Amino acid sequence: MTGNLAISATNLTRKFGNILAVDHLNLEIPEACIFGFLGPNGCGKSTTIRMLCGLLTATEGEATVLGIDVARHPEVLKRRIGYMTQRFSLYDDLTALENLRFMGDIYRLDRQTRDDRIALLLERFELEALSNQLAGTMSGGQRQRLALMAVTLHEPDLLFLDEPTSAVDPESRRQFWEFLFDMVDTGTTILVTTHFMDEAERCHGLAILDKGALAASGSPRQMKESLPITVIEIESGHSRAVRDLLLLNSKVVDVAQIGTLLHALVDPGEAEPIRHLQRLLRQSGIKTEMKVVVPNLEDVFVMATHGLMPA
Amino acid sequence: MISGVSISRVWAIAVKEVRHLRRDRLTGGMIAGIPVVMTILFGYAINNDVRGLSAGVVDEANTSASRQLIAATRASQVVDRLSAADSPWELEQLLANNEISIGIHIPADFERRLALGQRPLAQLLVDDSDPIILGAARGLVNLSVAGFQPTESLTTFELLPMFNPERRSAVFIVPGLCGVILTLTMVLFTSIAIVKERERGNLELLITTPVTSLELMVGKIAPYIVIGYIQVTLILLLGVWLFDLPLRGSMVELYLAVGFFVPSVLTLGLIISTIATTQFQAFQLTFVTFLPQLLLSGFMFPFEGMPKAVQYFAEIFPLTHFLRIVRGIVIRDAHLAALTDELWPLLLFFVTGMIFATLRFSKRLD
Repeated sequence: MTGNLAISATNLTRKFGNILAVDHLNLEIPEACIFGFLGPNGCGKSTTIRMLCGLLTATEGEATVLGIDVARHPEVLKRRIGYMTQRFSLYDDLTALENLRFMGDIYRLDRQTRDDRIALLLERFELEALSNQLAGTMSGGQRQRLALMAVTLHEPDLLFLDEPTSAVDPESRRQFWEFLFDMVDTGTTILVTTHFMDEAERCHGLAILDKGALAASGSPRQMKESLPITVIEIESGHSRAVRDLLLLNSKVVDVAQIGTLLHALVDPGEAEPIRHLQRLLRQSGIKTEMKVVVPNLEDVFVMATHGLMPA
Repeated sequence: MISGVSISRVWAIAVKEVRHLRRDRLTGGMIAGIPVVMTILFGYAINNDVRGLSAGVVDEANTSASRQLIAATRASQVVDRLSAADSPWELEQLLANNEISIGIHIPADFERRLALGQRPLAQLLVDDSDPIILGAARGLVNLSVAGFQPTESLTTFELLPMFNPERRSAVFIVPGLCGVILTLTMVLFTSIAIVKERERGNLELLITTPVTSLELMVGKIAPYIVIGYIQVTLILLLGVWLFDLPLRGSMVELYLAVGFFVPSVLTLGLIISTIATTQFQAFQLTFVTFLPQLLLSGFMFPFEGMPKAVQYFAEIFPLTHFLRIVRGIVIRDAHLAALTDELWPLLLFFVTGMIFATLRFSKRLD
């Protein structure tokens, strides 16, 4: 049912010289959902978004966005999408209101519609008091809300957000996501890149990218449940020493420290994982408390970027 | 006190600076390119010894002696292309319209003057809106002819400077300055126009919108046309107030011509803006295009003194044409209708430049 797909890409590939930035990516993103690209810096998230917006030409493969062939009709597509760049791209030396009016005029909204929508959005995004302040003097959270307003004024069907919350405090981030869910409710599709696990958790669908290729995809819950690994939480007074000892064993895939706790990913083939780990630590004499826990998204991420997810 | 200066830190900064230059290929090229190209170009092109001026001749005597005088004038090589005119009045028109630089008027009583030896034999009408042409004409004044010995007080030609008899520099310089200042400011404004948006990251947003390249280009230069008019007005007002500049021709026609000139220089800025990738590069390119215009347009050195090839090259510059227009209208009371040869090159520059800039500006990032 391609009719319900906002984005579909086949073998989407982009090379910069000899560097393979995006490697035969296949995507199917349904309409009216928030879809997240999760991955380390340089994994090809931004390059993929730029190809889907028609800003970069794909070296290979093709993409259909909102039913439009991106390679052929990028300008038709541009009227129906909004793209919030990673870097703040409005004008620092214009006020919030001037920036918004400019964007409204670029999308050729008639004056009444433009001003109505600006007023409505300013209220919803709690920026009314700042409407005459220069964008350059706003805080990270305020600028981010302004940028989102600017790319949603023309009511796009599809919104690309490239690391929208990287310069934003947690409270503003929470609020920002509320806005995103409101928009999805009205039928907008949102593609967002992030490297925050809590944000990835909120997405309806998720693709983990690693070195330009798709390492895993699905809903966050699906991915956690289907994770072919046993996760053991370890509490001990000597986290670093425990970690170093455990990593020597081939059945231990990864050990991550979370505060005073350790998260050990253990081969699911091991029938008694806790006993196995305790055996490894016996010689050192370190006292530990261990229990099996449900995997979290970070565990999924670690597995995916180690190439250990089932295709 | 130099105790606070660490040589190793100075060295580190110097090395880093050299690395920046090496990574910036355009700047690297300019380090060698500017001195080499400019020295060769200007060294060959600039010549204060003017030859080959075009002249108009009215020979009312039409005797063998008068024809000898004309031949002697030509032999001096100061004038080259001679064209016949019917009356001194026509010579003045030709001078006003910049079709000739010097008018030679040999009066009907030429033979009598030659016989009596009391008055100059003939007149030289000179376009002194360029002081170097006046200087060249002065070299003809004491031309010797058979049967006439010119002296300090009695010269062969009577010199008639047509437009600036008091020889005030401001009269000659200020109208040209209009063009020079506009060329510098307009190109500077627009050369960073697109580069700035690219550097600040605004462009990535803008090219994701439905805005077209042409809309962007035209919108970028439109406000500066008004600014150009403000600048011209300021320069002319200052010229009148401070330097008593006579505004002889029609100001309406001058402002109309400014409407051709300003968009063409703005387009030059736009072209630079689509080539440069940083504001620093844009600034360098502005300088590189400004210097030849300053030196080769006829503002500082006479156009006629340059080799033909360089003259053809300099015809590309908007400034070359605007100088002729502004000097023509302001100093010589010329009419724009007679200067259309200078208008269409401006229009051509604007249109070609606009097409080039629009095509060069891609709404893609690759």
